Amino acid sequence: MKFDPDPDVKVLLPDGSQKSLLTYQLPSAILVLAALLLVVSMFQPYWSITMTAPQYPKGLTVEVYVNHLEGDMGEIDGLNHYLGMPPLDEGGRFERQISIPALAMLGLLLIAATFIHSKWAAILALPALLWPVIFLADLWLILYTYGHSIDPESALGGAIDPFTPPILGTGKIAQFGTVAELQAGFYLALAAVAVILVGLWFHRVAYKPLQDARKRIKTQEQSAAS
Amino acid sequence: MKKLVIVLLLLSVLLGACSGGNEPAETPAAEGLPADAAAVAAERGLTPNDVYAALKTYMPSGQTDPYIMFASGGQSGQMLVIGVPSMRILKMIAVFTPESWQGYGYGGSGDAVLAGGFMPDGTEIKWGDTHHPGLSETAGEYDGQFVFINDKANARLAVIDLRDFETKQIVKNPTAINDHGGTFVTPNTEYVVEGPQYAAPINWEYAPLDQYQEAYRGVITFWAFDRLAGRIDQAKSFQIELPPYWQDLCDAGKAVSEGWVFCNSFNTEMATGGIESGNPPFEAGTTKNDTDYLHIIDWKKAEEVVKAGGAQEVSGIAMISLQTAIDESILYFTPEPKSPHGSDVTPGGEFIVVGGKLDPHVTIYSFEKIKAAIDAGGLETDVFGVPVIPLDKSMEAQVELGLGPLHTVYDDKGYAYTSLFLDSAVARWTLGGPYADKHPEEAWTLVQKLPVQYNIGHIAAAEGDTASPDGGYVVALNKWSIDRFAKVGPLMPQNFQLVDVSQTGDQMKLLYDMPIGMAEPHYTQIIKADKLNPFEVYPEIGWNPETMSVDPNAITSEEQARIERNGNNVEIWMTVVRSHYNPEHVEINKGDHVIWHLTSLERTPDATHGFAIPGYNINLSLEPGETQTVEFDANQAGTFAFYCTEFCSALHLEMLGYFLVKP
Repeated sequence: MKFDPDPDVKVLLPDGSQKSLLTYQLPSAILVLAALLLVVSMFQPYWSITMTAPQYPKGLTVEVYVNHLEGDMGEIDGLNHYLGMPPLDEGGRFERQISIPALAMLGLLLIAATFIHSKWAAILALPALLWPVIFLADLWLILYTYGHSIDPESALGGAIDPFTPPILGTGKIAQFGTVAELQAGFYLALAAVAVILVGLWFHRVAYKPLQDARKRIKTQEQSAAS
Repeated sequence: MKKLVIVLLLLSVLLGACSGGNEPAETPAAEGLPADAAAVAAERGLTPNDVYAALKTYMPSGQTDPYIMFASGGQSGQMLVIGVPSMRILKMIAVFTPESWQGYGYGGSGDAVLAGGFMPDGTEIKWGDTHHPGLSETAGEYDGQFVFINDKANARLAVIDLRDFETKQIVKNPTAINDHGGTFVTPNTEYVVEGPQYAAPINWEYAPLDQYQEAYRGVITFWAFDRLAGRIDQAKSFQIELPPYWQDLCDAGKAVSEGWVFCNSFNTEMATGGIESGNPPFEAGTTKNDTDYLHIIDWKKAEEVVKAGGAQEVSGIAMISLQTAIDESILYFTPEPKSPHGSDVTPGGEFIVVGGKLDPHVTIYSFEKIKAAIDAGGLETDVFGVPVIPLDKSMEAQVELGLGPLHTVYDDKGYAYTSLFLDSAVARWTLGGPYADKHPEEAWTLVQKLPVQYNIGHIAAAEGDTASPDGGYVVALNKWSIDRFAKVGPLMPQNFQLVDVSQTGDQMKLLYDMPIGMAEPHYTQIIKADKLNPFEVYPEIGWNPETMSVDPNAITSEEQARIERNGNNVEIWMTVVRSHYNPEHVEINKGDHVIWHLTSLERTPDATHGFAIPGYNINLSLEPGETQTVEFDANQAGTFAFYCTEFCSALHLEMLGYFLVKP
């Protein structure tokens, strides 16, 4: 596919130099692509934890999406009640409620950034750039809260110390081995970060000369006036 | 393939070891075979055949059998589920007898099913004599949806749903007091056939034995099966009145003979016994004649007659009288020698094979010839006026097999296998007609007799009753085991023997002895395991296995657990989950009527809980997702710890509650 519709169409800069139209279309397209990646990530799990034990040959898995959980929550809750841990559903309720509008907002900010032809565009992209870190930090907080909300009145509550389930990699809780992994949704969000950075680079390539040219003209006008 | 190679290598090594005397087998290690395995064989004195048998039947942990055998549970009234070829018992399905592991008949779900099989006056029947399991079929092939079984003692029939392997329905034959020739299904399970046995007046009313010929009758029942409902529909079922000839075993025709049913009989003498009065005992009286009658029944015609209003309602079921059956060309006879047993239709429906207990032959009837004789007409009749086709007009062949031929099953290679009771052997012989090209031997000849231990009754083959038997395995159901097992007192186990029939010619091999120490099973059917697709857990929380839907009294969370009192009625909605009941305290007054709904919130395979109340004869099995209701009057005051009877978790012993009944 030919991306540049008409190579003869040129953009005339204030200082008289010319640039291809593509130079300006490219950063916008890339940022829109990043927004799309974020939208797609909403439909993919971000994180999962799999617990295995002798009597669970198929393992027990929970997949965490930005707005819901899938998998063996019932059985894990059933087991966790012995430890006096709250049901999985109680963790990150607020976050799950706002996640879809929040991610949509991140995408809209990226699209808005395509209309800002200065370095301030990067500010609009910043929330999306930080999104994977925010997700992990919040997940850690949820896991921490979870492992530190043990009901001492439960069957085993008095016998175990508060703990934080591992956010990545393997762990061991009673007879269960756990494997925590990042999933497709998170990698899509990471990809969005990479795409945004590339987009911002091309954004700079396109608009920095324009800004510079405006500055030069302004300086010339000022020096001419003085 | 890999297994086969190992078997062959092991065999060759062992054969080498045997021919070379008793030298320890050193070579296997050198050839990459485990020396310790050869050492075990040498130490135990196992022959190459033993090693072959061991390797054919050993099932490594975690592997499952390719076939599942449904065996009658005999006098236990239950049904056994057995893996083939490992011959491991997987389950005993409670059917006609209360069974406490499954909580069947102890206050919970089995009660209503069992009540369906009580006598018409409400008399409780506490056991059954299960005889012949019948798997549901579609186009003459097992479809893995249902299995039926009869109770010979009380003329009853049970429906087991293979989604959860539980009994869903028991029906009492409204006009007969005992049966035998059931259960056999028609090729699409339109009907489940229940053939009669010991004649009695209709509705087993009293009639003196000197009125035997006039008053006593056999009744064959065609139970209509509603596959969608998973239930027998008595309103669409019908019966046919038969002479009092003690009809025995039946089989439904298929393919070319679809629409017909064939039953043997063994008392055309109409002997009435009376040894104490100097009369010949039944065993002599019933064996006097050289032949009895194979019953040939056109059930499609019978169905039409019923639909056309040609039947009368007797005790709530449509019955075609003997005279109507004769007039409407529904019933024919042909002679069968002598004291016949078994009636087994070949896979393509062309032939019917009948054994003669006291005749060394099996007699093979051709359906084509039978049909031609019927169409030709001009038949003589028996004393009741039933047309009799002469033996030379119906018989295709006779094959001399040995003493006491009973039942016949089939394989994929054109062989038939007949149990020989008196010879204690399985006879392999060749079929003719369209089967003649499948085996290397001449048609209608005996190929091999394999001794079995001892007194074989029925015989079963992998998918052996279907339109396309699998071959591979045959199971001999031996009545006596005598010296096959360790001594366990005078009542000895039965012996199921697995026979390898995978090779042609005289290469049948005995593989395994399986003791059955709980009753005397009669017949089994063997289905491919992959045709069964049962639930691992019930589909939804609150599932009622009787209705196969969510129970209106199910609750789905502990928040909904509660106790409500309404006058003297106390209704409890209880959740059951590892490792607690909710509520744990139930305090009521003596004399209260208790309705106790229990719902398992479990979703994990095998997380089954029990629920037992001591002193009240209550024990339930609550499988994951199941809801059950117990209803009783609290007639005993006191303190009763109800508890979980199925070891469910590390805190299983702590899973209890107190049922407090104030005086």
